[in-house]
Amino acid sequence: MKTFVSPSLLKTTSGNTYSRVGYSLLTLILLLLVGCGTSENNVSNGNRDNILHWGNGTEPQSLDPQIATGVPEHHIITAVMEGLVLKDRKTLEPIPGIAESWTISDDGTIYTFKLRKNAKWSNGDPHIAQDYVWSWWRAMQPALGNLYVYMLFPIKNAKKYYEGEIKDFSDVGVKALDNHTLEVTLTNATPYFLQLLDHYSTFPVHQATIEKFGTADQRGTRWTYEGNLVGNGAFTLADWKINRRIVVEKNPLYWNAKNVRLHKIIFYPTENVTTEERMFRAGQLHVTNDIPADKISVYQTKSDSSLRLAPYLGVYFYRININQPHLADKRVRRALAMSIDRDQLTKNIVKAGETPAYAITPPGTIGYQPPRQFNFDPEAARQLLAEAGYLNGEGFPTTEILYNTNEAHRKIAVAIQQMWKEHLNIDIQLLNQEWKVYLASESAGQYQISRAGWIGDYVDPNNFLDLFLCGGGNNRTGWCNEEFDRLILEVAPKAKTHEERLAIFTQAENILLGDMPMLPIYIYASKRLIHPSVKNYDSNLLDQPSYKDIYLESPMEAAKKDTNL
Amino acid sequence: MIKFALGRLLQAIPVLLVVITATFFLVHSAPGGPFSADKAVPPEVIKALEAQYNLDQPVWQQYLNYLGDVVKGDFGPSFKYSGRTVNELIAAGLPTTAELAFYAMLIAVGIGVLAGVTASLRPNTMQDYVPMTAAMIGICMPSFLLGPLLVLVFGIYLDWLPISGWGDIPGDKILPSITLGTGYAAYIARLSRGGMLEVLSQDYIRTARAKGLSEPLIIVKHALRGGLIPVVAFLGPAFAGLLGGSFVVETIFQIPGLGRFYVQAAFNRDYTLILGMTVFFSTLIIVFNLLSDMLAIWLNPKLRQEIRGTK
Repeated sequence: MKTFVSPSLLKTTSGNTYSRVGYSLLTLILLLLVGCGTSENNVSNGNRDNILHWGNGTEPQSLDPQIATGVPEHHIITAVMEGLVLKDRKTLEPIPGIAESWTISDDGTIYTFKLRKNAKWSNGDPHIAQDYVWSWWRAMQPALGNLYVYMLFPIKNAKKYYEGEIKDFSDVGVKALDNHTLEVTLTNATPYFLQLLDHYSTFPVHQATIEKFGTADQRGTRWTYEGNLVGNGAFTLADWKINRRIVVEKNPLYWNAKNVRLHKIIFYPTENVTTEERMFRAGQLHVTNDIPADKISVYQTKSDSSLRLAPYLGVYFYRININQPHLADKRVRRALAMSIDRDQLTKNIVKAGETPAYAITPPGTIGYQPPRQFNFDPEAARQLLAEAGYLNGEGFPTTEILYNTNEAHRKIAVAIQQMWKEHLNIDIQLLNQEWKVYLASESAGQYQISRAGWIGDYVDPNNFLDLFLCGGGNNRTGWCNEEFDRLILEVAPKAKTHEERLAIFTQAENILLGDMPMLPIYIYASKRLIHPSVKNYDSNLLDQPSYKDIYLESPMEAAKKDTNL
Repeated sequence: MIKFALGRLLQAIPVLLVVITATFFLVHSAPGGPFSADKAVPPEVIKALEAQYNLDQPVWQQYLNYLGDVVKGDFGPSFKYSGRTVNELIAAGLPTTAELAFYAMLIAVGIGVLAGVTASLRPNTMQDYVPMTAAMIGICMPSFLLGPLLVLVFGIYLDWLPISGWGDIPGDKILPSITLGTGYAAYIARLSRGGMLEVLSQDYIRTARAKGLSEPLIIVKHALRGGLIPVVAFLGPAFAGLLGGSFVVETIFQIPGLGRFYVQAAFNRDYTLILGMTVFFSTLIIVFNLLSDMLAIWLNPKLRQEIRGTK
């Protein structure tokens, strides 16, 4: 069939087709735009409904406290689970958690915990002392691959059991005396033991749930997913959308539920720090995980109250491979340490509240002040280098700084390269490697100088100094000093008083700094943007929030309060 | 046509095998394993983990096991995301990535064809130069520049549109789709202009004009079908490219799609996830290429004849 269409009609029709498409597109865009004038956003809605929107860095790899290892995991696990003790949100001193009280024997080796009778699992099961015995047994199963198992090693026979030297778990120093009394026996007095009990790797796990989804030492079962996970924390896991969000809701069965003010926390995987900052500005987040380095000065000049920089229990340092012939001389290593201008570095390069480091242990760690053996002193550095046979840097082999590919690390390495050229007249090359390649090179000792960082797991100098024990997995420098090992492993645990123990650490750190197998560079700072409506969020050394204490107050409510006063 | 499709699908098998083999041995030979970490991992833990994921077997054995699993459609467990299978991760990210690619495609084809055809109607005039210059800028502008620019203008300064997420807030799909689609729109604009120019100089168009048909009728009914063949041929690889190449856009806009997994998997040495994603994307590319070839055959009588001739 043929249809006759008048050419003039067609013309208008097709002309209209074009404009119709154009109009439809415009209408569509306008329609989509309607309602997007974003006066309503996550922050304002959250303040109204008590929902905290939290930028959490990355997608967690696991919420099993005995498998997880990262900070993003930590933030979620501590919301849904709790240990025997908690930490004071300001001072980080241990305070009662699931244990309402405890006693410590005079020799410091036997801890007796009284568990709260009103503590329950989120499915209503009673929470008993036996839960800890089972959980710590599980934590010590080698097949589980628990990277933090060493947190339990202060317990008598724990290490031997883990390594298979003893087979019977009843020989390990953890006993349930009755349903609400747990007795833990340690090998030696360990003054930081209570600190460890707030680390998620020592949290109890719910036996029946784990056994429902697999065997106790099986990795990667589904017990940690929404609908399955049974915890004992202030919140319960309500939803987990991969790479999108994790939602936790207030747990009505939590022993201290009446003091928990948030109804929900929503954790977002915010890998891209630039996007995260924009989300914060657009009112989609209450708290960010980080701040882009170049934005910090912008917030500082505006004196924006959202910016929160605080000291963080971590140290940025360079490892030195002392098996390299020219780096085996400690005078060379000390010369390198003394010719880094850390003030300039922290003020002009890293610029985010970091402070210069002259020792491996961050100052103020439970009252410990690390010794200071050197200053920025290029003259003395040159002198030392000359004594080592490199007068005015002549004959010093070109040396390589290895770092994992990252713009911030590169900037620091370039600055140090220039400082060493200027002050010591030595040539430095930079080598960046992708993260896993860098790890492999460093562990295999295939480097000369290598970037490193260490974040404390618990607040104690021991956690920093024991990095450099002979042959330790985290040492990687080839440095070994028997006296240092003896002080850390044998003398310090037997110290009678806190002061005596700190004095021993000072002695050990002096040995370390005298030999300088690493170059301390700066102490980390935690960097966050926190919306003014978030109250009771205190920054602490571990950058560990106490969700139970946090509440939200919109600026309007705050203003109302002020006028009422 | 069916025979042609079957033949092409059979050809895909050796291609996939090569892809799997090459990827498998490449990821296994990369330095650093899935379980190395900043904090020293005790050797006994590494051993236990390797045993759980069968990494303690010889590599060839692992390779054969993997092939067997892939044939059954099982990509295995992810090493990094404890308890998640690769199939589950792909299933979680695919709808989002596919939706993003679909919207980007709509934008690319809508704007691209419109601009290309408009330009081809009056070549070497302003009507040609303006859209083609815009297309050139679009091709040159990488999404990691365009995305943040759009965010700054529409998200922060004008505060019209949300700047991140996918399906959480109304309108949050607009900026990512535009960012991803623009480069392809520009490419399609150039392709359709070229195709149209060629067709418009053909004899049958001249005949149509001589018959006195109106210009819009000639364009819509006679020229477009031939002129858009290059665009159609491009659509298949383009869609596969949109699916696989959305990583940057997904990162900028915090979108829970597949692209983010792909890159993270490589950094984490998550062997099974890298392999699973690669096999998955390879299959997609093969299928979309096939579909666009079939579409091109359907549109182009010359090709149809060629296929019949080879029978």
